[in-house]
Amino acid sequence: MVLVFFAYFALISIAAGVLTVTLRHPVHCALALLALLTHVSGLFILLNAEFLWAVQVIVYVGAILVLYLFVLMLLNLKTDERYFHPSALYFLGPAVLGAVYVIFLLMRSPFGGAKGNAPASAVLLEGDTYAVGIKMFSDHLLQFEIVGIFLLGAIIGAIVLAKTPKPLDAEKDRL
Amino acid sequence: MIPLSAYVAVSAILFMTGLVGVLVRRNFIIVLMSVEIMMNAANINLVAFSHYLESMAGQLVALFIIAIAAGEAAVGLAIIIVVFRGKISTNVDEMNLLKW
Repeated sequence: MVLVFFAYFALISIAAGVLTVTLRHPVHCALALLALLTHVSGLFILLNAEFLWAVQVIVYVGAILVLYLFVLMLLNLKTDERYFHPSALYFLGPAVLGAVYVIFLLMRSPFGGAKGNAPASAVLLEGDTYAVGIKMFSDHLLQFEIVGIFLLGAIIGAIVLAKTPKPLDAEKDRL
Repeated sequence: MIPLSAYVAVSAILFMTGLVGVLVRRNFIIVLMSVEIMMNAANINLVAFSHYLESMAGQLVALFIIAIAAGEAAVGLAIIIVVFRGKISTNVDEMNLLKW
């Protein structure tokens, strides 16, 4: 059963990713990106990460994607005829070959490693949100604060960049 | 039980798709969307390793990556608006003001 869900989420997210890159109209690309993000959040559910699922749906689909769509509608772009870069084929062939080889290597690898202290049974006991919160506000508090400062800087930067520039004083005197 | 390498393979395919999108597309907004695809691929990788190696740190880093993606989208789209206001184009080939 889990295998069926995994196959569904994986295949649809890959297909949506390819559509995001190849579709012509930017709004269609954004909608394909919507499908990709929701199916990736389904993969998070399969990995016992309910909190990240909620964050993915709220932040990515609810905030970031709406921002993209908002800017797309605001700019009202015309679709240009040659929407691929002229040297697209030079990238595409080596990329596909390299990807196939990397996937072949990945499927062979066992990926062993040192186990941490949060097995699935212990996480499920209190819930994923509890486990993430305890870990974040004890061991990773500094990173949390840094991300907060980063977001503040991003907000200020976005406002400063997108503000309509004031006309110069000299022009105002002339009027 | 799904092997860890299956998740890593999905993540690698998505990352390669995003990379091809960044290199190939000419519309700046779609280049930014391809960067989002790459960040999602990294998130799948982190959460999968966090689950299979029984550690919580991967999920935390994925959470921070989502926050950084939000900031990147806000600043990137603001830059697009500024460029569009001046040049009426979002083609990456025509943005060469800083090139010398």
